[in-house]
Amino acid sequence: MSPVDFGSRTAVLRHGRFSVRFRMRTALMCAALALATVTVAILALCLGDLPLSPVDVVSALLGSREGIAHLVVFEWRLPRVLSAVVFGAALGVSGAIFQSLTRNPLASPDVIGLSAGSYAGGLVMIIVFGVGAGSVPVAGGAIIGGLLAAAAVYLLAYRNGMHGFRLIVVGIGVSAMLEALGVYLILRAKLEVAMVASVWGMGSLNPVGWAQFVPAFAVVAIVFLGLGFLVRPMRQLELGDDAARSLGSRVEPARLWLVVCAVALTAVVTGAAGPIAFISLAAPQIAQRLTRTAGIALAPSALIGALVLTASDIVAQYALPDNLPVGLVTVVVGGGYLVWLLIHEVRRRR
Amino acid sequence: MLGLAGAVGALIAAVVLSIVVGSNQLGPDELWHALTAYSGTPTDQVVVDLRVPRTVAGLVVGAGLGVAGAVIQALTRNPLGDPGILGVDAGAGLFVATGVLLGAVTPVQYLPFAFLGAFVVTVLVYLIGSAGRGAPDPIRLTLAGVALAAVLTGITTAMTLLDPVTFNRLRAWNAGSFVERGFDVILPALPFAVVGVVLALICARPLNTMGLGDDLASSLGTNIVRTRVISVVAITLLAGSATAIAGPVAFVGLMVPHISRWIVGPDQRWIIPYCVVIAPVVLLVSDVIGRVILWPSEVPVGVVTAFVGAPVLIHLVRRAKASSL
Repeated sequence: MSPVDFGSRTAVLRHGRFSVRFRMRTALMCAALALATVTVAILALCLGDLPLSPVDVVSALLGSREGIAHLVVFEWRLPRVLSAVVFGAALGVSGAIFQSLTRNPLASPDVIGLSAGSYAGGLVMIIVFGVGAGSVPVAGGAIIGGLLAAAAVYLLAYRNGMHGFRLIVVGIGVSAMLEALGVYLILRAKLEVAMVASVWGMGSLNPVGWAQFVPAFAVVAIVFLGLGFLVRPMRQLELGDDAARSLGSRVEPARLWLVVCAVALTAVVTGAAGPIAFISLAAPQIAQRLTRTAGIALAPSALIGALVLTASDIVAQYALPDNLPVGLVTVVVGGGYLVWLLIHEVRRRR
Repeated sequence: MLGLAGAVGALIAAVVLSIVVGSNQLGPDELWHALTAYSGTPTDQVVVDLRVPRTVAGLVVGAGLGVAGAVIQALTRNPLGDPGILGVDAGAGLFVATGVLLGAVTPVQYLPFAFLGAFVVTVLVYLIGSAGRGAPDPIRLTLAGVALAAVLTGITTAMTLLDPVTFNRLRAWNAGSFVERGFDVILPALPFAVVGVVLALICARPLNTMGLGDDLASSLGTNIVRTRVISVVAITLLAGSATAIAGPVAFVGLMVPHISRWIVGPDQRWIIPYCVVIAPVVLLVSDVIGRVILWPSEVPVGVVTAFVGAPVLIHLVRRAKASSL
């Protein structure tokens, strides 16, 4: 018999007219996760062909211009590590929004076809319009592809209301078609373009420099700020449409904006680094288990996403004899987690 | 019976189409010459050494995938069953890659690895998908398959990227196509596929009664455990031999049993023979489409079947009553 939940300890911060109320456990967990992410990020900055000590890295970050550490950290490693942190956070939040909206832990962008849509959209830009991987037009194509895929999956899965099972299977079908489209496009392309597209299509942080990171970061930052206004309706939507309406939320616009934000987050990451699988599925679930919240929480999901992607990128670069695309590491880790989740749910239901 | 005759007619048409159509357009007299009086001219070589094996590969792989799909759907009472969707292909792929890493060179040596992989993943997906007892839940089964397929494909890709030799050997195989599949691959796999079809036919009757539910089936005298074991062995042999020849090809095993059921109704004793005939038709026609759509280069047949099959999957879940087994 599980212990009775009497609610959790909360703390309130007040400053003038504003007050913030948060759960102690969530806050502590977030602090711990942030610390872990920073530690892993510094580790990532230390590793490479030219190993640096953490002291060198930290002093270079704090503005010391001595030696080669400054150049190595700022020009070579920082864009990649910052991308891992920011993209991981974006994917975690994107998954959290979808899982909250559908009230289904499996309805993440990877499973319901949005990632595949972004992938196909980006691929069309690279192959048909010949723009370079990781550029702004690719991100634009990824956003359009993601939104179209979202609309297609929603319309195809809608029949006398929305049903989680249909949503997921329709998503799997749409993903399969879009991936087949990707193979077709790559076959059609010239060899050089096809190779660029293939590397991009596996999801890798290799080609990410400041030029790719800065625009992507700007979009992610704007979306995160916008989400500040949408958190309250999101919480209310979790109670059901009727309850949300009676609490004063405008249900349909709120849902639409949440979907747009979530698609934008996945698509921007896909545009810059290619499809990085299963972070958006796993991060919110891990966050919910760690913080033991009732619903899906955004901040812990973002931090877990950042931590997992940064750590995965270290594994992808250094754990094996060759440098692998990070998407392969996350697909194994995240897919394995999905399998575990399925087994776990079976046990609980018995 | 009339339906089966029609299906066989369609199969013959598909075989002819598969031999006639290609990047090298040939007239009927040239074809006839190549098939009846092979004299080693380039045209003869194209027909006899490239198109005939390719067509035979389509026949074997199609029958294997179609029947495997029918048995999976009947065994799991899940209308969305397919060796590709459930990750059986991906499992075979991972084990074949492991085999290549361990030194397997010829496609004949791929076979045991493909069977082992198909078997392990079939059992694994079944265990994850079912709640341990009774029939597995379709959604859980599908998801378990998709997740396992993603993980296994990821590991396979990583292995091939790390080892250029493996990558090179498996590049053509991994695409899911019939290009350059000679009789050296097809003939060793053929007996296993035949045994698989025979086992599936033996299971047909017990699978029919199991469709009524396990309790009713055992009270009607069906040995449930034996049927499950034989079915899993049949799926392993069929999907394993198909994958060993062609690499992963999804959605054929999903579509064809539904087409068969639509023609003959829910009797597995008829569905399975129909699958043997109809699945190669679907696969050969897809292969021909793949040959002409990007002429003069080719699209792998697995890509074409995904384009054709994914809408079928979507249509199946959109129906008011998803299951009609």
